[in-house]
Amino acid sequence: MSTAFVEIVENSTTLVCCGSGGVGKTTTAAVIAMAAARKGRNSVVVTIDPARRLAHALGLDTSDLGDDPRAIDPALWDPENKRVENGSMSAVMLNAKSTFDSLVEKYANNPAQVGRILDNTFYKNISAALSGTQEYMAMEKLYELHESGAYDLVVIDTPPSRNALDFLDAPNRMTKFLEGRAFRVLTAPARGGMRLVTRAARVFLRTTARVLGSEVLDDIVEFFGVFEGMYEGFHHRAAHVRDLLAHESTLFMLIASPRRDALEEAEFFAEQLREKNFPIAGAIVNRLHPHFTESLAQATRLRSETFTERANENEATTLLAELYANLASFQEVAQKERDHLVRLEELVSPGPVEKIPFLGEDVHDFSTLRLLEDTLFSKDTEADKIAAIPHAQ
Amino acid sequence: MRLVMDLSAFFESRVCIVSGKGGVGKTTLSAVLAVMAASSGQQVLLVDVEGKSGLSNAFGANPLEYEAVTLSQGVFARNITAEQALLEFFQDHNLNWVSKRLQSMNLVDVIATAAPGIKDILVLGKVKQIERRGTYDLIIVDAPAAGHTLTFLNSAAGLIDAVRVGPVRTQARDVQEMLTDPSRTQVILTTLPEETPVNETVETAEALVDLKIKVGAVLVNGWYSPCPAATVDEIRAAAVTAGTVMPDEEAQALADASSFVNMRHRLQQTQLARLEDMLALPILQLPFLFTADLGRPGIDTLTKALETAITDFETEAPAVTLPSSDGKTA
Ligand SMILES: Nc1ncnc2c1ncn2[C@@H]1O[C@H](COP(=O)(O)OP(=O)(O)OP(=O)(O)O)[C@@H](O)[C@H]1O
Ligand SMILES: Nc1ncnc2c1ncn2[C@@H]1O[C@H](COP(=O)(O)OP(=O)(O)OP(=O)(O)O)[C@@H](O)[C@H]1O
Ligand SMILES: [Mg+2]
Ligand SMILES: [Mg+2]
Repeated sequence: MSTAFVEIVENSTTLVCCGSGGVGKTTTAAVIAMAAARKGRNSVVVTIDPARRLAHALGLDTSDLGDDPRAIDPALWDPENKRVENGSMSAVMLNAKSTFDSLVEKYANNPAQVGRILDNTFYKNISAALSGTQEYMAMEKLYELHESGAYDLVVIDTPPSRNALDFLDAPNRMTKFLEGRAFRVLTAPARGGMRLVTRAARVFLRTTARVLGSEVLDDIVEFFGVFEGMYEGFHHRAAHVRDLLAHESTLFMLIASPRRDALEEAEFFAEQLREKNFPIAGAIVNRLHPHFTESLAQATRLRSETFTERANENEATTLLAELYANLASFQEVAQKERDHLVRLEELVSPGPVEKIPFLGEDVHDFSTLRLLEDTLFSKDTEADKIAAIPHAQ
Repeated sequence: MRLVMDLSAFFESRVCIVSGKGGVGKTTLSAVLAVMAASSGQQVLLVDVEGKSGLSNAFGANPLEYEAVTLSQGVFARNITAEQALLEFFQDHNLNWVSKRLQSMNLVDVIATAAPGIKDILVLGKVKQIERRGTYDLIIVDAPAAGHTLTFLNSAAGLIDAVRVGPVRTQARDVQEMLTDPSRTQVILTTLPEETPVNETVETAEALVDLKIKVGAVLVNGWYSPCPAATVDEIRAAAVTAGTVMPDEEAQALADASSFVNMRHRLQQTQLARLEDMLALPILQLPFLFTADLGRPGIDTLTKALETAITDFETEAPAVTLPSSDGKTA
C-alpha cells in the first residue's frame, strides 16, 4: 500500500466509496473501516444492501435492526489483539425508509402531522419509487453520524446508481421535489391575478386525474398540503448535508474493476468530481487477476504452444501444455488489466490507485476482509501472492 | 417432460428480457444472444432501457439513440428511456401539452412517485408496441440490474392496482398480457457462479414464477476451466521428463496459477450445484475470456460458446421432470 493510502486511512474523516455495480463498493468500504479501526481510530461503515453473509459477519442481520450503528466485537476484526489502543469499528445498514421516517418525526410540528405523513400513500412511495431517495438518505446518514461526533472516520458505501453522479445531486433534487412548488401553485385557491393561471391549472389537474385516476392525485395533494409546515426544516437540513458533501474533508474514493468499460466509467466520474471541485482521495481497482510471475506473458504463451504441439508425447508434456496454457492466460489478462490503469492514475493523481487482487474465494467474513486488508498494505507482487495462496478454511 | 432446448426454441418468445445483478454480464450476453439469433437469419432489435453505452461499446458503435441503428448484420439497437416513453405516450393520447407541462414544471418525478412503476410501464408499453408491429423477429431487452428487474416486471401488476381508470391502466393491462404470455415473452437470467449473484438469481426466478413470467434459461457467465493440479516437485519432474530446463520460479508460478484456477473452479462448481438444485431450468455456462476488453471478437467467441452449450445441453441433459408451471423442483 502506498503511503498516500495509509495517510487516507489514518487521517481522513469522511470517505465516500463510489463506483459502478458489482465492483466491490460494499466490500472495500468495510475493509477501509476495519483497517482504520486497527490503526486505533473509531470508524463506522454505512453499508447499502450488503451480501447476506457479509451482513451476517458485520452483525447486521438481526431482525430488530434499526438503522443505528452497532459496535463490532474487536475479537472479530482484531483476533490477534494487535490493534492500536482504543480503536473501534461499527457498522450500520442503510434503511432509507426509516431514515426518512425519523426526519419526518424530527421536523413535524406535532404527532398528528407525523401520523398523517407516514400514512400517506404518496409518502410511502417515495422511498421505494423516487429515484435518488436512497442516495439522499445515505448522505443524510453520513451527516447524522458525522454530527454525532462519536466517530472519527465515517466510511460510506453508495447504492449502485445508473449514474454515479446521482448522489452528488441528491440533496438538491430532494429539496426541489419536496418543495413541490409547481404543485402548490396548481392547487392554490384562485385569487385575483392568479385566476388565469389557476384555470389552466385546473384543466391540467383534471387531465392528469383522467390519466392517472383521481385517488392518485388526491394523495399527492394531501401530501404536499401536510408537508408544507415542515418544508423549512427539511430545506435547512438538506443544505447542511450538501455542505458536508462539499466540505474539503469529505473525500471520494473511486472503486472500479479493471475492465476497460468499468474503468472508463470511473474515469468519467473522476472527471465530473474534478470539474465540480469535489476532492478525490484515490481509487481502488478491485478484482485484478493475480500476477504470478515477473516473466513475460508472450514467453509463457510460446512455451505453452511448444508443449501443446508435443502434448501427445507423454504425460509430462501433456501436463506442461495445460499448465503453461493456464499460466499464460492469467499473465495475459493480468497484463491487460494493468495496462488499462494509466489514465485513471493520471486522473486521480496525486491520490493513489490501489490494487486489490481477485481472491480465490468470495469475500464475506472477517478473515477474507483481513486478506484484502493485507493486500492493500503490502507491495503489488506480495499482494498478488496472497491472492494466489488458497486461504486456509 | 424433458428440459428441452434447441436453438429455435430458445427464441420462441419474441421478447427476450435479459436480467441479472449489476456487473454479471447482462449487456454482454444480450449482445451475444442477438448475434446468435441474427446468424440464423433473424432480424433482432436490442433495447437498452437505462441510457447506458454498454451495448454500443460492445459493437464499437456510437451511443444509442431513440432511433434504431444497425450494429451488425441483422442486429439493430435503440434505447427506450422512461422520459422519452412518457413524452410519446402523452403524444399518442393527444395530450402533448400535458407532457410539456409535466417537464417544464418538473412534475415528472411527482407523477412517477405517485404512480410507482409508471415509467417502467411506459417503457414496456413501447416494447409491446414494437412487438405488435412485427418489424423484428426478436426483441432483446437489456434490463436494469436484478433488484430493479423485479420492480420493472412487476410494474404492470402494481399499476393495475393503483390506477383504476384511464389509458395508463389500459397500457398496464396490455403489458401484463404480453409479459405473462410465454409465447410472447421470456426472461433469460444471467449470473456469475458466485454466492451473492446466485442467491439473487434464485430469488428472481422464484419471484418470476409467482408473477407468471416465463424464465427461459439461466446463463452462468465467467466460468473458469479447471487445470490439472500439480505440486512444484511434480512440475519439476515433468520438466525433466520432457527434457526442458525450468527455473524454480517458473515451476512455482505454474503451480500457483493452477491452484488458483482450481480453487475458483471448485467454488464455481459449488454455486452451479446450488443453482441446479434449486432451479429446474436449463442452465448454460459461458467461459471467462482472459481479456480486459471483450469487443466484437469477444462477443463472437461467446456466441460460439453459447451455441455449443446449447447443443451439449440437448445431448447430455438427463430427462428431468418439470413441475407444471413451477420453476422449482419439489
Ligand atoms: N477482491 C475480491 N476477490 C474476490 N471476490 C470479491 C472481491 N471483492 C469483492 N468480491 C465479491 O464480489 C461481489 C461484489 O462485491 P460488493 O458487494 O462489494 O460489490 P458492490 O460494488 O457493493 O456491488 P453492488 O453494486 O451490487 O452494491 C461480492 O460477492 C464479493 O464477495
Ligand atoms: N465471459 C466474459 N469474460 C470476460 N469478461 C466478461 C465476460 N462477460 C462480461 N465480461 C466483462 O464484464 C464486465 C461486465 O459485463 P456487462 O457490462 O455485460 O455486465 P452488466 O450486467 O451489463 O453490467 P451493468 O449492471 O453495469 O449494466 C464488462 O467489462 C464485460 O466486458
Ligand atoms: Mg454494494
Ligand atoms: Mg449493462
